Amino acid sequence: MSDIADRVKKIVVEHLGVDEDKVVESASFIDDLGADSLDTVELVMAFEEEFGIEIPDDAAETIQTVGDAVTFIKGAV
Amino acid sequence: MFDLTGKTALVTGASGGIGGAIATALHGTGATVALSGTREGPLRELADALGERAHVVPANLSEAEAPARLLKDAAGAMGSVDILVNNAGITRDNLFMRMSDEEWAQVLEVNLTGVFRLSRAALRGMMKARWGRIVNITSVVGATGNPGQGNYAAAKAGLVGMSKSLAYEVASRGITVNCVAPGFIATAMTDKLNEEQKGKILTQIPAGRMGSPEEIAAAVLYLASPEAGYVTGATLHVNGGMAMI
Repeated sequence: MSDIADRVKKIVVEHLGVDEDKVVESASFIDDLGADSLDTVELVMAFEEEFGIEIPDDAAETIQTVGDAVTFIKGAV
Repeated sequence: MFDLTGKTALVTGASGGIGGAIATALHGTGATVALSGTREGPLRELADALGERAHVVPANLSEAEAPARLLKDAAGAMGSVDILVNNAGITRDNLFMRMSDEEWAQVLEVNLTGVFRLSRAALRGMMKARWGRIVNITSVVGATGNPGQGNYAAAKAGLVGMSKSLAYEVASRGITVNCVAPGFIATAMTDKLNEEQKGKILTQIPAGRMGSPEEIAAAVLYLASPEAGYVTGATLHVNGGMAMI
């Protein structure tokens, strides 16, 4: 896993309190990891801070899975 | 009983009678306060009177960009905004049939949309801190209506619905959202009424007197305190019994 993917995974584990092995690329924050809609807002906020980027609302809506987040952040940093 | 030591509070409309009393009450229990309003002079005077832990952050909330900027200024000055008191408001009274689109829009823009924007901006920090207090100052007329104040009453009633919806969303994050609804309060605005007008108003108030800004401030202080952590989505009416709702 790349450095970005590791950092994303760490944030997701911390914020959602889920087991690390569940946080795979295809995992959906809401359907697989038990996040509610406010959790996803908080995750986006945490990603913005960790990587020093801005994730606009329309982009945030497309980030549904761990893989989506990694892909977006790779393109933004 | 209430101790806000270490907390930071942004109060809008702090140059007015009620806003000034709110800022003074929060400051008096240890909070660091940021005083906002359109007129810098009175804000500066209040800040000087309060002494340490008081900052001046002027803003004109009728401008769309102003709330986000204000939040940034306040957080920059204090390090965070733990408590937001949306007290700023304007009136453009007119009979409904004579009310212009502009009078309607101006009041909704400042009294409702401005509160929405400022609260939205403040939530980020509160979510991260897992603690926050938003107290919106509404009015008895938001619940009862008032001739000549269709715009004002609509905005104030709108705040109640907005506050309840937001209260739902953020309750699990330690953030409460409540309203304080003043009745007739003795301020510069009510000083302008003549004796006959005042007498008429007083017959409607079981307490037989107008309220003081400090009595509104005490209600705000309670809702801003850690002790009120289980109170959210509520409206606290402070009106001498004028409307028991």
